[in-house]
Amino acid sequence: MFTMQSNFLAKLLTIVLFVFSMNVQAQHEEHEGTPEEVSLKTKIKESINHHLLDSHDFTFFSDSETGKHYGFSLPVILWDEGIQLFSSSKFHHGETVAENNGNYYKLYHNKIYRTDAEGTITLDDHHHPTQVKPLDFSITKSVLMIIVTGLLMFLAFAGMAKSFKKGPIVTGAGRFLEPIIIYIRDEIAIPNIGINKYKKYMPYLLTVFFFVWFLNLFGLTPLGVNVTGNIAITFALALITFIITQFSGNKNYWKHIFWMPGVPVPMKIILAPIELLGVIIKPFALMIRLYANIMAGHIVLMSLIGLIFVFQNWVGSSLTFVLSFAISLIELLVALLQAYIFTMLSALYFGFAVEEHDEAH
Amino acid sequence: MDKLINDFSFGLFFWQMTLFLLLLLLLKKFAWKPILNALNEREEGIKNALDAAENAKKEMESLNADNERILKEARAERENLIKEAREIKTKMITDAKDEAKAIAEDMITQAQEAIENEKKSAMTDLKNQVASLSIEIAEKVVKEELSNKDKQLKLVETMLDDATLN
Repeated sequence: MFTMQSNFLAKLLTIVLFVFSMNVQAQHEEHEGTPEEVSLKTKIKESINHHLLDSHDFTFFSDSETGKHYGFSLPVILWDEGIQLFSSSKFHHGETVAENNGNYYKLYHNKIYRTDAEGTITLDDHHHPTQVKPLDFSITKSVLMIIVTGLLMFLAFAGMAKSFKKGPIVTGAGRFLEPIIIYIRDEIAIPNIGINKYKKYMPYLLTVFFFVWFLNLFGLTPLGVNVTGNIAITFALALITFIITQFSGNKNYWKHIFWMPGVPVPMKIILAPIELLGVIIKPFALMIRLYANIMAGHIVLMSLIGLIFVFQNWVGSSLTFVLSFAISLIELLVALLQAYIFTMLSALYFGFAVEEHDEAH
Repeated sequence: MDKLINDFSFGLFFWQMTLFLLLLLLLKKFAWKPILNALNEREEGIKNALDAAENAKKEMESLNADNERILKEARAERENLIKEAREIKTKMITDAKDEAKAIAEDMITQAQEAIENEKKSAMTDLKNQVASLSIEIAEKVVKEELSNKDKQLKLVETMLDDATLN
């Protein structure tokens, strides 16, 4: 029975590998031959890059043949010698120059630059435009998703709080959320911060966990948002963790940074800058970890989805479909895991900051 | 790193900070505090209920132990009572026996004394009768043998001597 099965598996694997290599070869030849293939691959690459960045309008999907975009425009708010407020529809998805109050703006790689009526963008040696970049406070796709997530969270948790007023047993969505809240309290906050001091940090830990998790999950929907894979978002979150850590640091915490107890004086002098560096590195790692994980997940998933179109044959496409489905499942796990890790490490840093030592070691 | 800095959008950072802090404050006031309090209260309630149940169980146990003890004591007392009763019974019987024996002995002694007395009185009677009989005999002998007076007297004397010797 077992041998038969493994035999069958081996055969299947051979066939798959054979088909796959054939396909790649064929693809390779085609790649050399037709410029259409090149343009498809470039298009996929561009589409991925475009997806990863924040956007000034909310596009669900675009028809590349007709050049039509399906979605809605978002307000653009610029600080450029006064507030400039106009709809992103003026950019026509970056194809035209937007004019507002006599100023001309042009989208270049999803960033707004002030330009002239012709929309000229000149690049320097590093391929950065030389034009002035006004401060951009636009309600972008990511900002909209933050607002939507915030509203959803507020509705869900305020509803849960209301349900608790009626009795000790929560109803509705709270039944699903309640064990998670208890888990964060009992498995993240209390073990890392300590039973006496964890209460102060619970609101932040809960908010950051659900915020990151929900936005990660939104990133996996076909809405195509990539909020937590944006460095500005993870920077803001890591910064809040950093600030809370430093402000809750007690005498003991600072002593361990600047004058490590229990080691000889020369070591103390060597350790101080290292520890001080660690203070910065910890939240920095927090920022990069979340950003890179979500970013990488999106790139891998979108590349695999792109491969379905590149193969354009049943076997290859269905294989990549299976693969991208598997990666989607993994990403679902990563979405939860990254939220957990962010919360966990934040709690750990708070724990370091408030830790009390009864005796010097 | 260049890409990171290039991708960094101050506007998005600003909105994220503002919106996140706003969300944090709102959730803290309207959601986390009531939820965490409710959870704590519920847990306290459950803990108290469990403690109360545990206490009730302990109380029941001690009550049961008390009952058991009382029952045991009662049983022991009953046994004691029975034992005592038995002892009293045996004592009473022995006492009664002793008394009866004593009375019987008394009676026997009295009876013996009475018999002795009777015997004595009977003896006296007998003696008296023997005496009177002797006197009668003597009278008869005297009557018959008036002639031989000396002989008669001698005879009487010997007879009397015999009688006392008896």
